[in-house]
Amino acid sequence: MPTFTAYPAQGYRARVSTYWWLGRRAYLKFILREISSVFVAWFVLVTVVQIRGLAHGPAAYARIQHYLQNPLMIGLNLLSFFFVVFHAITWFNLAPKAMAIRMGGKRVPGIMISGPNYIAWIVVSAAVAWLLLRG
Amino acid sequence: MSTGKRSNEPFLWLLFSAGGVVAAMLLPIHILLFGLAFPLGLLPSPTYETLVGLAHTLIGRLYLLVLCILPLFHWAHRFRYTLYDGLQIKHLDELVNTFCYGGAILGTVVAAYFIWQIP
Amino acid sequence: MADKIAIEVARYTPDRDTEPRMETFEVPLRKEWVVLDALNYIKDRIDGSLSFRWSCRMGVCGSCGMMVNDEPKLTCATFLTDYAPGPVRVEPLKNFPVMRDLIVEITDFLTKLSKVKPWIIRKEEKPVTEGEYLQSPEELETFKQFSMCINCLLCYAACPVYGLDPLFAGPAALALAQRYNLDSRDQGSDERLDILSQHDGIWGCTFVGECTEVCPKHVDPAGAIQQYKLTGTQEWIKSFLMPFGGK
Repeated sequence: MPTFTAYPAQGYRARVSTYWWLGRRAYLKFILREISSVFVAWFVLVTVVQIRGLAHGPAAYARIQHYLQNPLMIGLNLLSFFFVVFHAITWFNLAPKAMAIRMGGKRVPGIMISGPNYIAWIVVSAAVAWLLLRG
Repeated sequence: MSTGKRSNEPFLWLLFSAGGVVAAMLLPIHILLFGLAFPLGLLPSPTYETLVGLAHTLIGRLYLLVLCILPLFHWAHRFRYTLYDGLQIKHLDELVNTFCYGGAILGTVVAAYFIWQIP
Repeated sequence: MADKIAIEVARYTPDRDTEPRMETFEVPLRKEWVVLDALNYIKDRIDGSLSFRWSCRMGVCGSCGMMVNDEPKLTCATFLTDYAPGPVRVEPLKNFPVMRDLIVEITDFLTKLSKVKPWIIRKEEKPVTEGEYLQSPEELETFKQFSMCINCLLCYAACPVYGLDPLFAGPAALALAQRYNLDSRDQGSDERLDILSQHDGIWGCTFVGECTEVCPKHVDPAGAIQQYKLTGTQEWIKSFLMPFGGK
């Protein structure tokens, strides 16, 4: 049984268009942010396929690498890169909103929460790159 | 006064949040390297031996598990709400939930299997 | 500056019209006039049947919320000159059923508001002889922002989730629940937790954030909801680790 009530019957109610999200720039940004999750799932799929390649030996892995060089794959992964970076930036910027941390009675400014996140992002990315590139 | 039982959304939201953090922190560099720089030859590709050397350690396998599983649940939760709001199919919520969370569980099982199979 | 501006107003008479229609009026364009002044000019001088809500005309009562050029606004705080040369389109607040002209049915919100118990809940009342409940400025600061809500419902007009799902509790109700949860004098967090952690409570929110953008009193309902998601999750974890824990 729902806890909250639906609208009472009287009054004119406009139907919400399927394209409601095109009506405002903020809505479009929101939907793009949500769609980024599809690209997250896509690259997890790519990663799982790569791991399968690792599990099945050098020849299998080399085949996967070859598929990744296909221009369509590059294009899709380029798009994914932009969407996943968009996800990261919106995520770190929104993090302070969920946490009302107070010091000395006043709320700490948002940058003190998003800032360390960005720094961690750079440090972690650099560490991964170093591990993979040092040979 | 309310007779509804407390929903289990918090658990799913926790998974979504954890997955969101992992996706934000780790996926960009992975896509940049494995999806773009290595295939295009912009940076030297790590050899098969290097990658297996990194991946077959316990910490390597755990890293890969986290990398694959948590972002999938992030996708599942977020996409479920996108389907509700975007396609307005909230009345099909059982179907949507099965597709999203079921898909994430399937991906988890498949990923774990291959990670376990790394020599 | 031209001396007149066109106002396009949505008209709807429930027994006669099947859907709202737009009617255009010309009103004087005065430097200090707000949209509410224009509506009152129309009602006083041109068409007395135009129906709309207003009261304080200074942005504290929350009665005059309407869509002005597709933006949720308090018409008493929206200057005509900002829209010159016009026309200015005035429509009833989005996501609510229209009763007549610019008046919307807000019973849904009022029901949801009372369900979240927006009052101080005490397990035991202190007798009057023992004096007042004391509260420090720091304690006040934790919830003060959420107490500024004037129930104008602009946030509901901006919330796409509320537009799509009428069962969603909505920004203002959730922000006001949080206002009481955070009040140091209140002991009702557990009671509210049951109601807020329903599927249509805080968990319906997908953090679009538009509610905070349009709020004329800077309440930040989106922030209140996200903070409560964290609290709700902590409570949920505790209920697992301590299933027999006392309330």
